[in-house]
Amino acid sequence: MWAMVAKEFRQLRRDRRTVAMMIVLPVVLLVVFGYAANFDVHDIPTVVVGPGARQAAASLRPPFHVTDVVPDAGTATARSKLQDGQAVVAVVTGGTDVDVLLDGTQLFSVETAEGALAKLAATRGAPQGAPPVREQILYNPKLTTSWVMVPGLAGLILVFVGTLITSLGVVRERQTGTLEQLAVMPLRARDVIAGKIAPYLMVAAVDLTAIVLIGMGLFGVPFTGNVATFALGAALFLLVTLGMGVLISTVSQNQGQAIQLAFMIMLPQVLLSGLIFPVTSMAPGVRWISYVLPLTYFIQISRGVMLKATPISALWQPLGLLALLAVVVLGLAIARFRRELAPSGRRGRDAEPRDRDSEAVAA
Amino acid sequence: MTWGLTNVRVGFGHRIALDGVTVPAGPASVTVVVGGDGAGKSTCLKALVGLVRPQEGSVRRPARERIGYVPATAGLYADLTVQQNLDFSASAYRLPAGQRVQREQQLLERTGLAGVRRRLGGQLSGGMQRKLAAALALLHAPDLLVLDEPTTGVDPVSRVELWRLISAAAAQGTAVVVATTYVNEAARGASVVLLEAGKVLASGSPDAILRGVPGVVGIAARAGAVRPGPLSWRRGTGWRVWAPDGELPAGVERTAPDFDDAVVVAELAAQAGR
Repeated sequence: MWAMVAKEFRQLRRDRRTVAMMIVLPVVLLVVFGYAANFDVHDIPTVVVGPGARQAAASLRPPFHVTDVVPDAGTATARSKLQDGQAVVAVVTGGTDVDVLLDGTQLFSVETAEGALAKLAATRGAPQGAPPVREQILYNPKLTTSWVMVPGLAGLILVFVGTLITSLGVVRERQTGTLEQLAVMPLRARDVIAGKIAPYLMVAAVDLTAIVLIGMGLFGVPFTGNVATFALGAALFLLVTLGMGVLISTVSQNQGQAIQLAFMIMLPQVLLSGLIFPVTSMAPGVRWISYVLPLTYFIQISRGVMLKATPISALWQPLGLLALLAVVVLGLAIARFRRELAPSGRRGRDAEPRDRDSEAVAA
Repeated sequence: MTWGLTNVRVGFGHRIALDGVTVPAGPASVTVVVGGDGAGKSTCLKALVGLVRPQEGSVRRPARERIGYVPATAGLYADLTVQQNLDFSASAYRLPAGQRVQREQQLLERTGLAGVRRRLGGQLSGGMQRKLAAALALLHAPDLLVLDEPTTGVDPVSRVELWRLISAAAAQGTAVVVATTYVNEAARGASVVLLEAGKVLASGSPDAILRGVPGVVGIAARAGAVRPGPLSWRRGTGWRVWAPDGELPAGVERTAPDFDDAVVVAELAAQAGR
């Protein structure tokens, strides 16, 4: 038995990545996720509008965090602020009632807000002449969990398809030696990558359509917004995830390593993207990780478009950041892939001597 | 136009894989690179097709469109059929439709794969796989065909067929470079490069290499269990003896060395020189 144990340890020592996975990763994950896993909401972005806005804003206490007070605006402005994601709670004054509008796509924030409002009413009692407060939950009136989860899950499933399947596809070429042959063929690195990614992009697009349709059919999730905006966000998001797949493949020698790395990238997206825990509730030390994960932005887009009909003008930030991520990730992937395909340096130059019938390389 | 490597040096970290290696690759001729495992054959071929960048020396090769390369690994897609593999190569090399059908048919018949068009690459026998890989590299009628150990692990019949394919390509004007571990295949080349530990032990035409064998080679007349001396090796049931100074020991008859002998003598001479 000892011979076996010694052999196993020796093999393990060769595979540093697996050792790192076994020892370092659990510690890192525990710390990161411990700080991230937080359902408690301490900060609810709130906007107050109407003639009594200043007075109402002054009476709000945490968790309400008043971000905007607009005395000369009404319900329409309040609604558009919620729709654009600038606030989760909007207080509308000036009517016979004080209307409190809540963004039903932010489950935990809304629950916390409802609790805080009830507490406020109980402690304050009902002072003479104070208008009654009327709560209204928008976009997801019954606070149905599946309505919020399905748009996010669609993204998560695409991360699996995009990152894992793509990286395996490229690594398989390396393992079987066909990548070497592709490098000798008259194909440019970007043609190889584009040709490799395009089929997965199409499959993932079909996947996404199916997921959204099933979500709508089975769980009654509404799709209230613009399909084109959703498609644009999905396309950018897919490019990032597929680029990550190619990137993983360029640093993996075999399929096992690719799977390990893909999981290292997928796991944080499950827990840190806002899919389950609200990003705003995370400790600042780990929150920044959320902001480099593509799923964080896709979830903002998919929930916004599907549930709130958020217009494209209000989504420029997540769309822009996804585009930036796509450029960075795909750029890195192509650069690394090109280096692998062209060790002799000739593939890097597009000015391949096509007009000449030969080339001489002197070192 | 002659392709090939001239005084090429390739290193991986501290290890020198090729040291001043010259491999000619003339049109309508076959160059055979012979050597044991780790001799540097694959590195040689990779430098020739541009997969490895030499640190010194020069490489002459046609444009990518005019190169055909079969790596030591399969060189085909195991999960595509024979026909689909051919289609992919034809598209990658942008073969015109008319030419494509004709070339595919021609190569399938020559390789004996016409009957298995629809079989998956991975389900072909080892010999069939190597023949298909060669056919894929030949599809666009390249100016330079480079094959890395195409016959290793292949049955004798398929080996003959593969060599027929290679010779036919050379006959049509292609410059062919083949790496092999089988010494007896060296004689099939118009020129031979004998590699050992990244260095050229001998090179030239097979005849020139035989003529260039230093000293004399003899056969121990009475084959016994006892090795006649340090510069001797077993061939069949007997022993061969090399005498660098031309003086064979008693009981050893002089013989004309064949290619196997030439390779062993070259290695012994290199060891003596070290």
